[in-house]
Amino acid sequence: MGTLSLSNVTKTFGKVEVIKGVDLTVDDGEFCVFVGPSGCGKSTLLRMIAGLEDVTSGDVRLDGDRINDLAPAKREIAMVFQTYALYPHLSVRDNMGLGLKQLGTPKAQITAAVEKAATMLALEPLMDRRPSEMSGGQRQRVAIGRAIVRTPKLFLFDEPLSNLDAALRVATRIEIARLHRELDATMIYVTHDQVEAMTLADKIVVLRAGLVEQVGRPMDLYNDPDNTFVAGFIGSPQMNFLKSASLGLSSDTLGIRPEHVAISASQGDIEGRVSHLEKLGGETLTYVRTEAHGLLTVRQFGEHDHQVDGTVWLTPDQARAFHFDADGQRLRR
Amino acid sequence: MNSARHSVFRSVAAHGILILYTVIALFPVFVIVINSFKSRRAIFNEPLALPTPETFDLIGYQTVLKQGDFFQYFLNSMTVTVGSLFFVLMFGAMAAFALSEYRFRGNLLMGLYLALGIMIPIRLGTVAILQIMVASGLVNTLTALVLVYTAQGLPLAIFILSEFMRSVSDDLKNAGRIDGLSEYKIFFRLVLPLVRPALATVAVFTMIPIWNDLWFPLILAPSEETKTITLGSQVFIGQFVTNWNAVLAALGLAIVPVLVLYLIFSRQLIRGITAGAVK
Ligand SMILES: Nc1ncnc2c1ncn2[C@@H]1O[C@H](COP(=O)(O)OP(=O)(O)O)[C@@H](O)[C@H]1O
Ligand SMILES: [Mg+2]
Repeated sequence: MGTLSLSNVTKTFGKVEVIKGVDLTVDDGEFCVFVGPSGCGKSTLLRMIAGLEDVTSGDVRLDGDRINDLAPAKREIAMVFQTYALYPHLSVRDNMGLGLKQLGTPKAQITAAVEKAATMLALEPLMDRRPSEMSGGQRQRVAIGRAIVRTPKLFLFDEPLSNLDAALRVATRIEIARLHRELDATMIYVTHDQVEAMTLADKIVVLRAGLVEQVGRPMDLYNDPDNTFVAGFIGSPQMNFLKSASLGLSSDTLGIRPEHVAISASQGDIEGRVSHLEKLGGETLTYVRTEAHGLLTVRQFGEHDHQVDGTVWLTPDQARAFHFDADGQRLRR
Repeated sequence: MNSARHSVFRSVAAHGILILYTVIALFPVFVIVINSFKSRRAIFNEPLALPTPETFDLIGYQTVLKQGDFFQYFLNSMTVTVGSLFFVLMFGAMAAFALSEYRFRGNLLMGLYLALGIMIPIRLGTVAILQIMVASGLVNTLTALVLVYTAQGLPLAIFILSEFMRSVSDDLKNAGRIDGLSEYKIFFRLVLPLVRPALATVAVFTMIPIWNDLWFPLILAPSEETKTITLGSQVFIGQFVTNWNAVLAALGLAIVPVLVLYLIFSRQLIRGITAGAVK
């Protein structure tokens, strides 16, 4: 079991309110990702769930029990950190076993739990090494192993992949997704990387400046964003935002994803000059500077050619466009 | 090519300066040691000459060792230095951990107050300290010296150690909390080992002034049983005659224990000094 619920949780450092009232439920077995720009309070919120920061007001409940005042070790949670945070003086085996040892678990049981986690993550050849004798990817796998050993109700990850290089990041991401399926555990995962969020999450929580902007499944956020912030944050390359007035529309802003803009050398709604071209093989991204809307991105599948500095015409697909009011809130019709 | 030659020149110059400095720093020690093995006449005739078979004389060491309590003086110095060092490192590290780790009202003020002692010499309070020691019956005890030296060493220790402790990863401490380590275990098992180089630095800077101090032993503990080596050596320096052989031998002997302590700490000390440069 592991159902987490936050009700009107706030956090104040001195006079600065960093978390401004968050309500959230994470269901048992769910993979929930907190995503948002750097400094928006993701780590703070996670650390409050872990008990590493006091909650200024509001309730944190795990399986219905209020855990606001419970010490981190008593919360039946495990956490994986960005900097791995392995104990430098202990071997991999002892790193993984320390949590259970502190709980007074019998030795045989600890050994069994450690062996099981090690098998899961293919850590057996590393068991007697010290953290300083391993690469970053190996250290992070050990840190994940240390979390698994405790069989917690709730796994917390704070940007666990940020210190890894691109290839390892993808591999470890897949590993985490596999673990989630195998363990069937509740996980909360913090990242500022929307690709990680989209690929891992059952549920994404988009945070901005200490407030929840929108909660939903990845495709719900992608296809049905509530406001310009979520629309711009989810999806890469970023959504284009056009000024509705110059297109003769009644809304304030029109949002259109790069793949839903047609580009033509001869005709269309918006005139612009090609400022840069990126050919990625599978797709072509064209950056077009326009008078009225600034720099717009067009995404075409396959290989295409446009003259840099040449004049092109763009046409947004009105059926796929999103409309927003002056405050950035979505206008749904 | 050009830059390679340039760097050779620079490294020669740097080494030249360092060697020169080493020679200057070691010269007095060298003079003390060679003269302690010479007869009185030889010391004054040719102070810079090495002892030869004719001038070689152990009279200084014999006098010092015959003076009886010299071993006791050594023991006193050692007790006071090691005792003070222990308390300075222990309490200094604890205070530094509290200041760097916990948010509480008056944290900054407390840090400033504790650092103030770096700038205000403790000797200004000698009279008050003496009154306190008299009132508490601690005059002529080694405890008095240990207490004063602990107070003297703490400000710099807290200042240096709290800077280093701020650099210890928060994630590591938090991982320990989640695994159920108490704050004491986090301090002793996780944080202290990581700031070992800083501890060694503080130990060296704390130890030497204590070992060399003459002021407080003279005022607080001048009795025969509690004399330190520096104070003990003063018996050979008279108002009218000074027994140079004995003074030099006593000083020569007094160098040994600090040298040993320094060698124990030096590996860590060097790591502390180069910690920023190498990474
Ligand atoms: N211990 C602290 N004291 C004061 N301010 C803090 C502290 N920890 C975090 N903050 C502030 O809280 C905000 C959110 O921080 P954080 O949760 O680390 O952001 P994120 O993880 O989303 O990048 C930041 O503006 C940061 O400066
Ligand atoms: Mg963070």
